[in-house]
Amino acid sequence: MTIDVVLCVPSCEGPVRKAFEVTGVTPAVASTGRLNEVAALEPAGGFAGAVINASAFPFSEAMNLCRQLRSRERGARPIILLVDHYQLDDLTFREDLFDDFVVGPFDVSELATRLRHRLRRAGNENVAPRVEHGGLSMNLETYQASITGRVMDLTYMEYELLRFLATNPNRVFTRETLLSRVWGYEYYGGARTVDVHVRRLRAKLGEEHANLIQTVRSVGYKFGTNAERVND
Amino acid sequence: MASMKSQAEYVLRTVEERGVRFVQLWFTDVLGRHKAFHVTPAELEDALDQGMTFDGSAIDGFSRIQESDVLARPDLSTFQLLPWYDEGAGVARVFCDITNIDGTPFEGCPRQQLRHVLDGARAEGYTFFVAPEIEYFYFEDLDPSREPRPIDRGSYFDLGADDVASQLRRRTVLMLEEMGIGVEHAQHEDAPGQHEIDLRYTDAITMADTVMTVRHVVKELARQSGVSASFMPKPLANTPGSGMHTHLSLWRDERNAFIGDGPYGLSELATKFIAGLVHHAPEITAVTNQWVNSYKRLVPGDEAPVAAGWARFNAAALVRVPSVKPGRIDSTRIEYRSPDSAANPYLAFAVILAAGLSGVRGDYELPKEGEQAAPLPESLAQAVDLMAHSKLLLETMGEHQVEWFLRNKRAEWDAYRAQVTPFELERYLPLL
Repeated sequence: MTIDVVLCVPSCEGPVRKAFEVTGVTPAVASTGRLNEVAALEPAGGFAGAVINASAFPFSEAMNLCRQLRSRERGARPIILLVDHYQLDDLTFREDLFDDFVVGPFDVSELATRLRHRLRRAGNENVAPRVEHGGLSMNLETYQASITGRVMDLTYMEYELLRFLATNPNRVFTRETLLSRVWGYEYYGGARTVDVHVRRLRAKLGEEHANLIQTVRSVGYKFGTNAERVND
Repeated sequence: MASMKSQAEYVLRTVEERGVRFVQLWFTDVLGRHKAFHVTPAELEDALDQGMTFDGSAIDGFSRIQESDVLARPDLSTFQLLPWYDEGAGVARVFCDITNIDGTPFEGCPRQQLRHVLDGARAEGYTFFVAPEIEYFYFEDLDPSREPRPIDRGSYFDLGADDVASQLRRRTVLMLEEMGIGVEHAQHEDAPGQHEIDLRYTDAITMADTVMTVRHVVKELARQSGVSASFMPKPLANTPGSGMHTHLSLWRDERNAFIGDGPYGLSELATKFIAGLVHHAPEITAVTNQWVNSYKRLVPGDEAPVAAGWARFNAAALVRVPSVKPGRIDSTRIEYRSPDSAANPYLAFAVILAAGLSGVRGDYELPKEGEQAAPLPESLAQAVDLMAHSKLLLETMGEHQVEWFLRNKRAEWDAYRAQVTPFELERYLPLL
């Protein structure tokens, strides 16, 4: 399946990154508002939307980008603007340039909800809260995962690990990265905890689908369907 | 990231989505017996939030003189649906830690006792991994008035006609896998009706939870098939008993710290750990082998250990150093062979780790291979006497648990001692 790509300017960190993860859309990060940089990142099907953090780069530049995205033939809708409280007044009479806005400090669930909501309103029915990949389907709103229609009974950490991997397919993560990104706290097993959970997930995925999570020898793990031997 | 709030949200939402009707709050008494509350989804949010208050005086090892109320606090990371219940009327389980009403760890809670020992190891940079091999029997029933009858006549590694027991074991393994419990392999053991399930290593607290789960699943599936499973250490005379050989390794900085240039590819840390196990084995046996019946298994002649020593190949050694396949050096480990399948896994893993670590901390010297340092206790009475003088156990289990354990086990021994057995009648009645 194609995962929808949403433009994200000028960075995708902290709660913004997390909101993208929760929503299951892939960010395309442009570090400036220059249109040629933005256009270079654009996938063949166009952006599904844009998240523009006007509190993190010059406000006029942010507005310019919005305007340019709006005036292009193949626009990016919806546009969600992230602003600081003091910038609220500046939004007056510029309502046509964006579809929604969020005021900092940014809350992950508010950001994710607005992103999802706006994407759906824009007719983007297949975007999150669902992640689908090679027979695996995860509903991120209800926390339910199934493999070829069979519901998987996951513990919380198994669910979180699977969600993280499935929303970042074909990327290799080290055990340490997974431990800090998914667990975020020290656990008794250290990085071997990741191995234990991967093993459990593979068991629950079933033999046929166990290779959705691939071992990358002496590096870590990646999620993906391209056939490669599982070295374990 | 794994905040308590998002874990609780996950649990509550899953309960709602999956139509869960009951959540079982699992915990373990001092003797390793499985206990549970059943709460409805309506009560669940409160239980997750505040824990469940109950009167501990009814639970073995939980009674105290003054305050008897304790709190069961769910460990949300262990929330798991139980796959043998019907879809739409689901049942889930979650393991609990037992705390005092003020939230401090309750000294009688084996799960937290293990956690305490693991925390100590972690403070020194060590992670402790365990992988037990669990043996048990399938019997026609558990009627105590006659000798139990195994449901098959197979033996070690038999591949016979597809009998009930093998089917049952296979279904059990699939069910465990479905619950995310990694099974290394499962096989028919030496004795008729005896089976073994070898688990893939995990950290010790997860594994102790897993052992409790495995026992429950094995018994439950046997019951559903109209037979019974038993983890009794020695249910049949003249037939090997059911052990829980436990493979151990210590990791440090994400490396297996047992790997080194010493004998059989072991590090100095590993040899000191073995020395600690050999040295303290007699005193910790009361915990790893806690029943009168446990000592019927630890007899000469079978492959069960009877004295403290270590070896590479001798199958009757207490500590064995298994061979490591080429290219699998990370699986370097040692195997501690005295525990039986009826031990409390939390306390057993806690005392095993404590014994090994005291060898590391105290710089113990490894005895010669094959040398028998000291005999293991021959009876529960001897084991309890050794426990009563053990500083190691006092430090590991705490005063509350040791004291209760001694009292309970002495009472068990006294009750046993007063019996006149068939052995005595058969041997003495015609003669004396």
